[in-house]
Amino acid sequence: MRKTFLLRLAGWAGALLLAVGVAAPARAELRIDITKGVIEPLPIAITSFFGAGGREAQVGNDMSRVISADLERSGLFKPVNPAAFLQTPQQLQTGEPRYADWRAIGAQALVAGGVQSTPDGRMKVDFRLWDVAAGQYMAGLSYTATADSWRRIAHIIADAIYKRLTGEDGYFDTRIVYISESGPANARQKRLAIMDQDGENHQFLTDGQALVLTPRFSPTAQEITYMSYFGKKPRVYVFNIDTGRQEVLGDFPGMTFAPRFSPDGKKVVMSMAQNGNTDIYTLDLRTRRQTQLTDSPGIDTGPSYSPDGNRIVFESDRGGSQQLYLMNADGSGVKRLSFGEGRYGTPVWSPRGDLIAFTRQRGSNFAIGVIRPDGTGERILSEGFHVEGPTWAPNGRVLMFFKDLPSGNARNARLYSIDVTGFNERRVSTPLDASDPAWSPLIP
Amino acid sequence: MNLKIVSLCAALALLSACETAPKDAGNASGTGTQSTIRPGSQEDLVVNVGDRVFYGFDRYDLTPEARATLDRQAAWLKQYPNVTVTVEGHADERGTREYNLALGERRANSAKNYLVAQGTNPSRVKVISYGKERPAVLGSNEAAWAQNRRGVTVVD
Repeated sequence: MRKTFLLRLAGWAGALLLAVGVAAPARAELRIDITKGVIEPLPIAITSFFGAGGREAQVGNDMSRVISADLERSGLFKPVNPAAFLQTPQQLQTGEPRYADWRAIGAQALVAGGVQSTPDGRMKVDFRLWDVAAGQYMAGLSYTATADSWRRIAHIIADAIYKRLTGEDGYFDTRIVYISESGPANARQKRLAIMDQDGENHQFLTDGQALVLTPRFSPTAQEITYMSYFGKKPRVYVFNIDTGRQEVLGDFPGMTFAPRFSPDGKKVVMSMAQNGNTDIYTLDLRTRRQTQLTDSPGIDTGPSYSPDGNRIVFESDRGGSQQLYLMNADGSGVKRLSFGEGRYGTPVWSPRGDLIAFTRQRGSNFAIGVIRPDGTGERILSEGFHVEGPTWAPNGRVLMFFKDLPSGNARNARLYSIDVTGFNERRVSTPLDASDPAWSPLIP
Repeated sequence: MNLKIVSLCAALALLSACETAPKDAGNASGTGTQSTIRPGSQEDLVVNVGDRVFYGFDRYDLTPEARATLDRQAAWLKQYPNVTVTVEGHADERGTREYNLALGERRANSAKNYLVAQGTNPSRVKVISYGKERPAVLGSNEAAWAQNRRGVTVVD
């Protein structure tokens, strides 16, 4: 299993050297304004990518399906039913769009493309995007890649379309690492699992022998830091996706948990509990030096860096109940951030810096919310019997978290994604129960 | 591994007894020891001493019942000086994962500190926290949660 996984990654690495831009500048007539709350999704026609041979045609079909699903899931786009299309992929590949035909079926944007095998056994993929109302070409790119990387190229094209039409970076060429759960609640088997953002290419990374929790990606998406009970010693580990190697982090006398990478990837910040007290530490991955950042008698945990690496948000019960706090990266200047009713935990700083997501527990409900780093603008995105553990898509627009229902005798953990506005909540499907999701950065 | 299975069975047996009994588990001292129970074993601890104590919501201080159970545990540990134990700290499901890991560690340590104060050598007592990962009782109600906020002493 590991072997095929590595081979696939190697294919990816090779695939991406060759992205070549052929975009022409164009005026931005067509633009989705995503600063608004409720968004009317943009009708977009995504044709099958044209392929002359049977295999190319099949790949072209599959690619347009992946692109369409990505854009639809974002809640910002509404793909037009292909049954209504009046112009064929081949006509679009060889000639201009008949804009009136596309307007007639309600499309505001149009995507077409082509797939060609190259003499060295790879494939060349190109796509073009048009503004139908203005009758204008907007963007296009071509890629040459190994044939088995078509799915990833489709995500990259979806990201390019998203960026051209929203002005913000996409998040489709990303992966999710999470905890796959199975078995009865009192003897739950938990495995580290990884999949593409759309649920494809699912892989288990650990075998379930040891309880594992709270995985998080490194900034290069090549490593995962997580907690494992391997050998009945709960400690923070790093898993290297390329080599499959797992390594315990640091030589701490007590339980280590709640790890996250620093934005430069040089450190892991985590909690250590010893003698009933939990404080926050960093471990420098090169020098292996441990630095203690907090020294309160309370529980200090859940640390998460600001994207510039200068500050850390964390949770602490030093004031009597679980609340969010900010401090400088060296542990100085501690300041309380959350003052709402209830208990606040699991803070995660948005990759774009403007918001901090959290889990709030109030009365008999849990909620996922966001707050600005200056303490203003607190908003709840999703609420329920149990929702927990937000993670951000790399563009800071979309979050993922997990939900549990009142269990009775079985647990029922599921992943969900939601727009930062609180709209477009969707189930993220996984083969088994799932918790503790972590969204990768855009794959380098 | 065998030992672990035995202790799990013992714990399950105890739990079913608990469903009709009051919250605190360790009320079996004074009843006769069955001949099949090996003295100084986990089963001995569960049946004749009480292996667990319970905590209030988000609390780690010891109730009078918990102290009474730990008093018996400390006496039992004195009786079997070669036995070493691990106190497992647990939380109910009504908390976030990382906070509950820290809370479980606090609970296990409060039980350990009490045993040490009663004369148990600290080197004989390890602690581990499972947070909310290993509930003893299934169910999403206060009765289940009360049983899951616990410190369990396990013979190594």
